[in-house]
Amino acid sequence: MSAAVAVEKLRVVRGGVVALDELSLDVSSGTVTGLLGPSGSGKTTLMRALVGVQRVERGDVRVLGLPAGDARLRRRVAYTTQTPAVYPDLSVRENLTFFARVLGAQHASVDDAIAAVELGRFESRRVGRLSGGQRARVSLATALLGAPEVLVLDEPTVGLDPVLRRELWGLFHRLADDGATLLVSSHVMDEADRCDELVLLRDGRLLATGTPTELRARTGAVDLDDVFLRLIDETA
Amino acid sequence: MTPRITGAVALRVLAQLRRDPRTVVLLLGVPCLLVALLHELFRDQLQTFQRIGGPLLGLFPFVSMFLVTSITMLRERVSGTLERLLTTPLGRLDLLVGYGLAFGSLAAVQASLVSVLAFEGLGLDVAGPPAAIVALAIGNAILGMSLGLFVSAFAQSEFQAVQFMPALVFPQMLLCGLFVPRDRMATWLHWVSDALPLTYAYDALARAVDDAFGGRFVADVAVTVGATLLALALGAATLRRRTA
Repeated sequence: MSAAVAVEKLRVVRGGVVALDELSLDVSSGTVTGLLGPSGSGKTTLMRALVGVQRVERGDVRVLGLPAGDARLRRRVAYTTQTPAVYPDLSVRENLTFFARVLGAQHASVDDAIAAVELGRFESRRVGRLSGGQRARVSLATALLGAPEVLVLDEPTVGLDPVLRRELWGLFHRLADDGATLLVSSHVMDEADRCDELVLLRDGRLLATGTPTELRARTGAVDLDDVFLRLIDETA
Repeated sequence: MTPRITGAVALRVLAQLRRDPRTVVLLLGVPCLLVALLHELFRDQLQTFQRIGGPLLGLFPFVSMFLVTSITMLRERVSGTLERLLTTPLGRLDLLVGYGLAFGSLAAVQASLVSVLAFEGLGLDVAGPPAAIVALAIGNAILGMSLGLFVSAFAQSEFQAVQFMPALVFPQMLLCGLFVPRDRMATWLHWVSDALPLTYAYDALARAVDDAFGGRFVADVAVTVGATLLALALGAATLRRRTA
């Protein structure tokens, strides 16, 4: 497996505070990688660096072999922000049609994306009238348009009911099986078990990487919360 | 710039307007109401209505598009949609021109409506062709839009964005020559008004009203277009892909 994402000694300073430091990381293509860590650990900053909207102080960030944010990547990399970046005054379908036009995606992909996030019943409803979880799904749907090769999803399952969360993780794995690379952030440890690979962040530094099984074996803990705690003790 | 993407932006802005009929009614109705009010106000001095009515028609779109654009673009910045869009193939020009097409067509409707009311309904009579006034009005709408786009980068909330209107638009209205002829202003005010884009936009309108399409008219239009392009360039510079 080749690396879809390669980060080398990344350092980011936001508002005078070091948000990421000495961060090096490879993400294999065709996997679902979970980016985990407490709030404020630098997950969003790392994701912003990967899609090329974060000003970087030092280091090298490559996606699909190209520098992050390169114009050639804009159709191949999809990104959803933590707060849904969609237009509340437009309907679900109007939002997706707009993003599909911008991405040059087939019109049929709008239907597919709506179906994938199970919003068919609400497609003509204004996004502003949807619940928070439904709004997050609209935002996620925009990232599915045009079959991107890399999906960078910032907490896409926050506030969703367990059944829907399971469905979406199923969708993430189907996309990965088709060759896409997914980087999904979460601050909930119980989602970690749904990932192929884990990247644990704390205070802007890489705490550990590995599969859930590897990390359990390494720390001797069963519960992933304990895994995290033991890794923190290890580095202290 | 990609025509497909520019068109997508324009259609999206129009769809947003369609979903917000109250704003559209206000945008189209308020200028008509104000012109009717002005007509009533100067019922006994119709020559005053004739003098300021024509140029005023061409200034409404400037004010409304400044306001609408600064708020819309501020929302785009705050809600994260701008950041999301800048990770797609969308270019900055796509966004600017898309906005221009959508708000420009709205301005065309606005200017036409208020012109029909003024010329047909209220007996406004000008020497120049009404079509020239409507055309200048659309140009002024684009100027207002460009300034609104630029200042949206300096507002953190809608409250602040709204305050840019009295701060940046009112002084230009007061000093452009509409209320007091510029040659009767104090020297320093005259200089200030020399530096404001609306002065030239107003002067072009006043000349079109008088059917005086000479060299000064051309110069006025050129300065207005130049100010629009400058504001657009400054606005584009605030749409940064990479932010801290």
